[in-house]
Amino acid sequence: MSIRVHFEEELESLKNQIKELALDAKSSLDSAIHVLYQGDVEKAKQILEDDAVIDSKEEKINDDAILMLAKQQPVARDLRRIVIAIKISSDLERMADHSTNIAKATIHLGEDHGIDIDPELREMAILVMDMVDLAVKAFENEDISLASKLAEMDDIIDKKYGSIVKEMLELTAVNPEQIQHIMQMAYVARYIERFADHITNIGENIFYLVKGKTYDLNK
Amino acid sequence: MNKVIEEKANINVNQKTRETNGNQEGTVEKTNSIIEVNDLNLWYGSDQALYEVSMDVPQEQVTAIIGPSGCGKSTFLKTLNRMVEMVPIVKTSGSIKYRDQDIFSSKYKQEYLRTKVGMVFQKPNPFPKSVYDNVAYGPRIHGIKKKEVLDQIVEKSLKGAAIWDELKDRLHENAYGLSGGQQQRVCIARALAVEPDVILMDEPTSALDPISTAKVEELVQELKQKYSIIIVTHNMQQAARISDKTAFFLNGELIEFANTDDLFQNPQDKRTEDYITGRFG
Repeated sequence: MSIRVHFEEELESLKNQIKELALDAKSSLDSAIHVLYQGDVEKAKQILEDDAVIDSKEEKINDDAILMLAKQQPVARDLRRIVIAIKISSDLERMADHSTNIAKATIHLGEDHGIDIDPELREMAILVMDMVDLAVKAFENEDISLASKLAEMDDIIDKKYGSIVKEMLELTAVNPEQIQHIMQMAYVARYIERFADHITNIGENIFYLVKGKTYDLNK
Repeated sequence: MNKVIEEKANINVNQKTRETNGNQEGTVEKTNSIIEVNDLNLWYGSDQALYEVSMDVPQEQVTAIIGPSGCGKSTFLKTLNRMVEMVPIVKTSGSIKYRDQDIFSSKYKQEYLRTKVGMVFQKPNPFPKSVYDNVAYGPRIHGIKKKEVLDQIVEKSLKGAAIWDELKDRLHENAYGLSGGQQQRVCIARALAVEPDVILMDEPTSALDPISTAKVEELVQELKQKYSIIIVTHNMQQAARISDKTAFFLNGELIEFANTDDLFQNPQDKRTEDYITGRFG
């Protein structure tokens, strides 16, 4: 049907690169959480190094998208596809940055911190990884009903974050000597919560792609 | 001169405000319209080229007409100043009103219409005369003989077409010696010299290089301060760059007529989207 075969191929390649970057961001969170519970400082440092690969993938998506804007002069939905590719790749890169922040928290905690890492952080992270899978599916199928579910999941994450912070504050009251360590756990909760906000942004971009209007799913 | 022409035609100039685009899909802001087309059908012999086209052309704005070859866009343009009737087998139905007067009415003066609705063509078509005589041609036909008046008209028109500075010392050279871009702007100056209201442009930059194209595009932006411009173009980016409203034609039908920003960002009709994104199979 299409007479712009080369352009279609370029769009497909952009889409595949974004899906790949999304899975990288998800896997960086998975590793960061695993390393946090393991207390493995060496592996945490490895996560920081691996972030450079994600940064360069984001850069490649941006370069490709800008070149397509210049060469193909897209309009309508094609234009929106490319604009959201740039925006989504930026969100994905920020998501991976939050994984590195979690790895840094592991490094700050050190190997013998002697506190139990709150299991709720892992639960929160698992839900956020489900959000990544859903976002990828919504992006792939340009499906706004899936994208709108991200907002509902983000609400659950926000509530979990609130209750974890409250719990941490109570802990600091009874364990003032461990305040530094407890704060690191509160930070991790914050990083996971921000990670989820970026996924919700991806949902907004899918709405923009399909509807041609901006929506706020982060309310 | 304007006054003379209007008296000749005995036309009551009556501006009218109405909600534009009552029939077709898409959105066009409420504006004054200068030309109102209603249920226009056109046949070349037994072949129908336009089907029930209704469209209000906004005043002092740029309206672009896009669509694939053979969709009727040039035919539509040439109908607006009745040039299409130079093809003897043409038949039309429906109405076109210019400033509220039906241009198909037997009482309507065609010369008046051609003066007020000027045209610029795809290939620059200067007369084999000097720059000055090209621009003064129309006013002379309308009986203006005084040199100082003609001088003023020529200068004003060439300035209006953004080519005075380039040609003020070459006014008496043959227009054939100019570059294509200069020739096209002289043709625009020639159209301006008879003080039109509406300028129809049929792919005015398709024979020009990118620099000349950019100059003509800039000129169109300036001209819309005083004139209503309708431009047929195959260059979609040009339509997106320079027009306020865009009409998409397909197989003789007006598919969508909307604000250019809306049409290129979020077209309402799938056929428009398929065409502008190059997915027309």
